[in-house]
Amino acid sequence: MSLPKPLMRGLLGKRLRFHLPIAFGLSLVAAIAFKYGVTEPRKKAYADFYKQYDAVKEFNAMKEAGVFESVQPSGE
Amino acid sequence: MLASRALRLVGKRAISTSVCLRGGHGVAKVEDYTLPAYFDRRENPLPDIRYVQNLSPVQASLKEKEKGAWAALSADEKIALYRISFHQSFAEMNQESAEWKSVVAGIFFLMGLTGLLVLWQRKYVYGPVPHTLDPEYKQKELQRMLDMRMNPVEGFSANWDYENKQWKK
Repeated sequence: MSLPKPLMRGLLGKRLRFHLPIAFGLSLVAAIAFKYGVTEPRKKAYADFYKQYDAVKEFNAMKEAGVFESVQPSGE
Repeated sequence: MLASRALRLVGKRAISTSVCLRGGHGVAKVEDYTLPAYFDRRENPLPDIRYVQNLSPVQASLKEKEKGAWAALSADEKIALYRISFHQSFAEMNQESAEWKSVVAGIFFLMGLTGLLVLWQRKYVYGPVPHTLDPEYKQKELQRMLDMRMNPVEGFSANWDYENKQWKK
């Protein structure tokens, strides 16, 4: 009938000391992963697209396809 | 003299009738649910009342013995006293059960039933879809999206090869 006295104090502190570093670490990892997995490739994709972008050529192609309301294709 | 005596008689009768009115008929009946109750809950470790309310003679004598020195009680007597006061121990009340299996089974079954209902509804209740969902119309929509260069960097039109008029490999 003689059990050891259970832990009565410091329960929240113990939990925080264990979980907070893990939480901060995981958040940091998530942020770094997002930066190098999503935002950097996206910035590169946009840079590469606009390096070889000819706006006038694209405009004429769209005009011929007939998607504009203010300009008609050259045939009509 | 006569009037005061008559008044005293009336006065006495008035008092006796008011006592009659109060005698037991104006009190509300006490319902069971209004009295303190016993229940095994982890959040409420000391319930309002003992579990066993009507003690048998053995239990009553044990309760008398409890009033003395507790060191004189044997282990069995201590356990008997515990069981008088409480129904289940913390270990017993916190036991896990297999109820979750039935719950999950019920959830899946009802979701399946709902799916069947929805299928029937789609076939027999709803009318035809709009013409904008016909394959030819969808083809024209797709062509228009490519013509106006929707999402040309990372999205839709980025996957179309405009030179060779086909999807990029």
